[in-house]
Formats: sequence, C-alpha cells, structure tokens
Amino acid sequence: MTATTTTTTKALSFDGIGMTFPDGTEALRDVSFSVDRGEFVTVVGPSGCGKSTLLKIASGLLENTEGQVSVDRERIGYVFQDATLLHWRTIQRNVELFAELHGIGKEERRDLAKKAIDMVGLSGFENHYPKSLSGGMKMRASLARTLTLQPPVFLFDEPFGAVDEITREHLNEETQRLFQREGFAGLFITHSISEAVFMSTRVLVMSARPGRIVAEFEVPFEYPRKPGLRFDAAFAELSGQVSAELRGAHS
Amino acid sequence: MTTQQAAETGAIESPLVGGADPSTMNAGSIRLKSRRRLAAETILPPMVMGGIFISFWYLISYGVLDERRRFLLRPPHQVLKVGFLDWDNFSEILDGLVSSTKVAMIGLGISIMIGFFLATLMSQAKVVERAIFPFMVTLQAIPILAIVPLISFWWGTGQRSRVVVCIIISLFPIIVNTLFGLQSAERGMHDLFTLHQASRVTRLRKLMFPAALPAIFAGLRISAGLSVIGAIVGDFFFGLGDVGIGQLLRKYANNLWGEQLLAAVIMSSALGVTVFLIFGWIQNAAIGKWHDTSDSGI
Ligand SMILES: Nc1ncnc2c1ncn2[C@@H]1O[C@H](COP(=O)(O)OP(=O)(O)OP(=O)(O)O)[C@@H](O)[C@H]1O
Ligand SMILES: [Mg+2]
Repeated sequence: MTATTTTTTKALSFDGIGMTFPDGTEALRDVSFSVDRGEFVTVVGPSGCGKSTLLKIASGLLENTEGQVSVDRERIGYVFQDATLLHWRTIQRNVELFAELHGIGKEERRDLAKKAIDMVGLSGFENHYPKSLSGGMKMRASLARTLTLQPPVFLFDEPFGAVDEITREHLNEETQRLFQREGFAGLFITHSISEAVFMSTRVLVMSARPGRIVAEFEVPFEYPRKPGLRFDAAFAELSGQVSAELRGAHS
Repeated sequence: MTTQQAAETGAIESPLVGGADPSTMNAGSIRLKSRRRLAAETILPPMVMGGIFISFWYLISYGVLDERRRFLLRPPHQVLKVGFLDWDNFSEILDGLVSSTKVAMIGLGISIMIGFFLATLMSQAKVVERAIFPFMVTLQAIPILAIVPLISFWWGTGQRSRVVVCIIISLFPIIVNTLFGLQSAERGMHDLFTLHQASRVTRLRKLMFPAALPAIFAGLRISAGLSVIGAIVGDFFFGLGDVGIGQLLRKYANNLWGEQLLAAVIMSSALGVTVFLIFGWIQNAAIGKWHDTSDSGI
C-alpha cells in the first residue's frame, strides 16, 4: 500500500496519482491535490473520467499504480452512490453497522446511532426496514451510518444522484450543516454544478479519461449557506464559469 | 444542525419522499373493504375446480368402467368410507405416514447440514467451488434406481437406506440455492465490509448469510417436498423394519385394495403440501418483515 501519514499534515492528499487498470484502461493521470479538515472539495467531471476510481484509491478499495496517497484510513467515511443498506436490518441496526464492525459495545453504538439518526432527520423511522423507505430517506440512513464514525475524512461518491431535485437540495443543505458541525475534510463527487458550488469551499474540474485536474475554483460564500444563495448573481456567475470549464473538459 | 431544524426539514421532506410515512398507511383500510370479495375470488375457483374434478371421477367410476373393472377407480364416497372412516384402515395409513415423515425429516436435516457446509465452503473460494460443483451435478444426475443396489450393499434394506435416498434426492437444491444466496450480496455491501476490515467470519455471519436467507428458504421448500418423495421412494426399495407409506402403497396395489390405495395417495400428497406450507410459514416468520417474497418470485 502506498499510503503514508508522515509526509504531510493535510487530512487527505493525492500526489501524482495515476491509475491504469490491468486491462490497460488508463483512468487517472497525474492527479495532485489535497483536502484539509474544514475544507469541502468537490470534483466535477464527465462520466467515466475516473472520479469513483479516485475515491476508491483514497479509501484503499483500489491500489493506485502511480503516485502517493496520504490519508488516515482508520475511520474514513465513504458514502456510495447507492445507499447499500442491508435489507435485513432495521434503520437503527443499519446505522449501527460500522460501530459494530469496529467492536464498539451495544450500549454505546445504540447511542451513537440514535444521535446520527437524529442528525439526518430520520427519527421515528428507527424500526423501519429499508424496503419501506424512499430513495432520499435511504440516502439519509446511509449518511447517518457513516456519521457514527465521526470521520475526519469524508468521501462522497455522487450520493444524491438518484433522488429528485427538491430532495437533493434539502440533502445538500443538510450535508453542508453536517460539514460545518463536524468539520471533516470533505471530498465530494457530483455531476451537478449547482450542488458543487452550493456546498464546497473549492470545486475541481476533471478532464475526460484519463482524468486530470484541469481547473480549480475557490468558492467564497460564507457558511451557513442559505437556500436562497442558489439565486444569487455571484452564485450564477461562478456556476457559469465551472460549467464552461466542464464543457471544455468534455472534448 | 439543531434538532428543530432536523424536525423541520424532516417534516417538509416526508410528504415529498415519504413512501413510508405513517399517514399513507391509510390505504390499507380501502383494501380491507374488498377483503370479502378477495376471499371469494381466491376460494371459489379451486372449489369449482374440485367439484368438476369429483364429478369427473364419478363419471369414470360409474359411466366408463363397468362393474367388473370398477376396482381400477373406486368412486369418491367409497374411498372416503373404506380408506378414511374405517379407523383400522386409516390408522394404518397414519402410522405409515408418521414413519415416512420421520425418515423425510431425518434425511432433510442431514441434507441441510451437508448442504450448508458444502455451500459455505464453496462460497469462500472460487477454486473450491470449481472443484466440488461438478461432482454435485454428477451426483444429482444419477437416477436413484441405478444406485439402489449399491445403497443396499452399504446400508442394508432398512431405515438407514431410506434416509440415504432422501438425502440424495433433497441435497442438490439446498446446495445450489444456498451457494447462490451466499453469492448474492451486492458488491457495494462487500466494499463496506472491506473498508471496515471485517474478518472472513464476520463477513459470512453479518453479510453473506443473511443475504442468502431468501434463497435458502426457497431451496428448503423445494427440498422439503423432495425429502417426502425420497422417503416414499426409499420405502418402495427398502422395506425392512418400521415401514412407511411407500410399503403400504405397494401392499394395497398388490391386493387391489383400491379404496385404501387412493386414500394413501391422497394422504401422501397432503403430507407433501403440509411440509411445503410449514416451510413457507417459517420463511414468512423469519424474513417476511424485510423481504418482498412476491418481488423475486421465491
Ligand atoms: N476494474 C476496472 N477495470 C477496467 N476499467 C475500469 C475498471 N473500473 C473502472 N474502469 C474504467 O475506468 C474509467 C473510470 O471509471 P470511474 O468509475 O472512476 O468513472 P466515473 O468518473 O466515476 O464515472 P461516472 O461519473 O459515470 O460514475 C471508466 O472508463 C471505467 O470504464
Ligand atoms: Mg462514478
């Protein structure tokens, strides 16, 4: 494994990451950036450019073929595009899963789960099974499950891609509040520019495969960000710039 | 976020995305009203079909067969009178049934143990699966008739051989379904367990096994039915000792006791149906809360 924690003080950093799959597909080329605690970085890029691959490398699910990753993987938070709830567990027991895998006692993990369920607004649904929840609610449960770890580094792989627009906006606002409250280092993947600009401190644009970082935008808006920000002129201008870069990245 | 904010956003959200919102559960009362009609719709058709069946039975007994050949198919009321209402006859059938049930359950129990063990082993490494699976298929393909002599060489002609037949017949669906089930957990779920450094045993216990339960129950229902068939078939070949319903069927047929023969056939099939229903009920109690049986067809 190429992960080290000594070379940098940043919570998560990529240094010259390259990834070529065994079948010869080059997914990433020379990707370097870092995310510190209190930063929320979003990567946007065309489909298939290697965004998920980057998160898999960060989490250790995949091993990069070039470069160095540095991150503490002990309590890394990683939310997938699918909620991946275990069908046979109630929401409460699903949210307890990670604490359970880390050997935390019954009482303590019940409290942890309870708090996390409160945080995502799912109180009252503890004893429901996933099959009776909507897509947005499942995603909240998935977020809650990761929150129980109180992760210093939080990876999101298009978590809200499958929910409707209004629900997505709610979830964006909540994610932003969670970020403010927990102060983790956030790395978020999305296709939605408004989602990216709304939540992040920084937006990175990735090129088509092999993925490289081609543009970087600082997002200056103060937290907490209000829903109305989306109709702000400055918001629209920044979104327009990101969009232009993204269009360039497609070709 | 404060709890109040959470409550607010939650409240805004529920009507938008809340398939599970308790207020939407009212739909149930609409269903209640038509429950009577539903009952009529589910009970009536099989009753009508049963009526047609019995009329047809009478038609053959009295219309097609003449007096001399009526032993080929006794009319329903005769079967009821001689086969079911004559206690001496009926208790003999019940005794046979109990004995066959015992054989079936022992056989099924052993099949479950062997099946779970092999399926778990195969689920742990593709190499093991590749090594074992062909032999399972081969074993499954052997007609039971072909190995009857071998079974009697090794295990005699008593209860033990009957159990062996049961195992051979009921093992395969358990292995296949359990293995399929153990492999059915989604990739993403496995990733979760990988991320949190779960051990092999933890992964098996908390992910693969629960994910396998619907398939396991599907296999159990099939195998339970097959184990009953296995017990009866075993009876035909191996008649030593505490005999079951298969030996009775043979005796009634040899003596041309048509009423008892039909009664025994009906009771055998009733046993099969009962076993199937019991396992369906266990399945529902065990996984009905989280698994939509109707969705997957199992
Ligand atoms: N195991 C693999 N073997 C070979 N190629 C792979 C493998 N996994 C991913 N790829 C390829 O690598 C590229 C990047 O994949 P990745 O899933 O990271 O894209 P993405 O940016 O997340 O796309 P999307 O926006 O559609 O989720 C794709 O072209 C994909 O086909
Ligand atoms: Mg992806």
